[in-house]
Amino acid sequence: MKQIVTLLCLGFFVSVPMWLTDPYLLNALITTGIFIIGAMSLNLLLGFTGQLSLGHIAFFGIGAYVSALTSLGFDVPIYGDFHIVHVPWPPIAGFFLAILISGFCGYLVGRLSFSVRGAYFVIVTISFAEVVRLVALNWVELTQGPLALTNIPSITIGLPGLGYLVLKTKFHNYYLVLAVATLSYFLISRLVHSHYGRAMRGLMENETLAVAVGIDVTRTLTLAAVISAAIAGAAGSLYAHYIRIIDPDVFAFISTVTMVIMVVSGGKGSLAGPVVGGIIFGLLPVFLRPIMPPEAQWITYGVVLIVILFVMPRGIVPSLAAKLGLARAGGTRRASSAVSERTAEEHA
Amino acid sequence: MAETVLSIEHVAVHFGGLVAISDMNFHVDKGEIVSLIGPNGAGKTTAFNVMTGFLTPTKGAVKYCGADLKGKKPHEIADLGLIRTFQRTSVFPNDTVYDNVLIGLHRQGKVGLVEAILGLPRARASEKAQRERAAELVRWIGLDARANDLAGSLSYGEQRLVGVALALAAQPKMLLLDEPVSGMNASETHTFVQLIRNIRDRGVTILLVEHDMPMVMSVSDRIVVLNYGRIIAEGPPETIRNDPAVIEAYLGQGAKQIVKQEAVHA
Repeated sequence: MKQIVTLLCLGFFVSVPMWLTDPYLLNALITTGIFIIGAMSLNLLLGFTGQLSLGHIAFFGIGAYVSALTSLGFDVPIYGDFHIVHVPWPPIAGFFLAILISGFCGYLVGRLSFSVRGAYFVIVTISFAEVVRLVALNWVELTQGPLALTNIPSITIGLPGLGYLVLKTKFHNYYLVLAVATLSYFLISRLVHSHYGRAMRGLMENETLAVAVGIDVTRTLTLAAVISAAIAGAAGSLYAHYIRIIDPDVFAFISTVTMVIMVVSGGKGSLAGPVVGGIIFGLLPVFLRPIMPPEAQWITYGVVLIVILFVMPRGIVPSLAAKLGLARAGGTRRASSAVSERTAEEHA
Repeated sequence: MAETVLSIEHVAVHFGGLVAISDMNFHVDKGEIVSLIGPNGAGKTTAFNVMTGFLTPTKGAVKYCGADLKGKKPHEIADLGLIRTFQRTSVFPNDTVYDNVLIGLHRQGKVGLVEAILGLPRARASEKAQRERAAELVRWIGLDARANDLAGSLSYGEQRLVGVALALAAQPKMLLLDEPVSGMNASETHTFVQLIRNIRDRGVTILLVEHDMPMVMSVSDRIVVLNYGRIIAEGPPETIRNDPAVIEAYLGQGAKQIVKQEAVHA
């Protein structure tokens, strides 16, 4: 049942560019999609380990800069006549490097801050994002600072026997984002349904007990942080190669807040939550723009958020699932069938 | 002589100036059911915390199967098969009973991350085996009717059972039970005593802390009595029942006189 819904949604998303030709709307969908990938990665931390990262945009931004710089190349003076020179690589290499380096940053932040938890973790992540933003702003030789990195090439995919495909159009980028989002969705789904995911849930609910049954806190949380950061880095890389210009504003705190809103409104700890929340709050400004003045748009945005959280405090997806009686369908149904199978064997 | 599983050697725990345990010495042999009793504040839970790595002793050593547990983290000690339950927070409240046990099976299902994410055959097989094992444990503990209910919605007595099932899922060689029957009624307690014996018959050594004296007397092979952070008596239930130091610790000085007089009159 759940799988059918997932596949139907995927089929719908695949069909969108075939009937939606308005480039403005397609553009909105692509940027929303990129942010949904970010929100999904944030959900892995917030929804499945209970750790709130308010500096999540740092991993996104690092991914964007790493990817952009890898494909643009740079010549940075380090000391005296010593320069580090990098010759441009193909953008796809930048994409994978972005994942690796963001993941590594996730590892560092995780290792450093998971000995302190809760409010301290929130503060460490905010500080981390701010430090990275200041570096991007001030290390002009590398990042061009406020002048921005421009002319970032589009991602190119080599097709064996068919030459190269440059993903330059919105049509192409839409499918690229959809592919990465789908992959991330299934990766996170597999992860949280494995014993790694159960370890995360155990830690979130009752850490002392989790530790007493042999769950390694630091390892589990660091793993979540690394994967979460790596996915955010992938989203950042997609952003850089789609928008093709980035400046230190990609590290804006408001972007993290947007992701948190997407996760919390959609339902943290639910796989589909960030997707639903992301679509609503990613596209809401687009639909409000033609019908009301700017001040009213943001007021409406806030009102919608409050109403959603007031009516469905656990988020849209979990609340709707509970109403439809699908609550925890996956685990529960398997549990009962497993138990009844055992009982049946016993009686046989 | 029986094989010693756990030995506590000259353990002392100080919290600043407060002496929670002054000098504790005892051991538990393989296959035994040993109870650690004593009045409130005697240091029983502190002793558990030391044994399972949640607290570092100020002095002394805890040895498990001959190995010193010094410097080991709680999850590493659990990995050795020394598993504990907790007095109050004994379950994962927002998960079903079945999922609780699945989380407890963590130690069993260690497949590689890549295998788990790609859903390779070994990961699938391990996942299936874990699900079967969880269902089996839920049934064994007698909670199959509650398998799909959230653990937090169960009665205290049932939550205790979930806590034990969770601990068993971690495949203990030795199980430390912290006040397992508090919050249970008489018939639940009776069933629980049977359960403890069954667990022991599966080859698990048991150390328990408990206030329910009839239960302790009926289930234990040996009892260790703690008061003010030191051991005041040790022996089989009959000896402990009549030990003057124990009666004094529980009932006070005057009671000892009364008990004595009654013994004389009897």
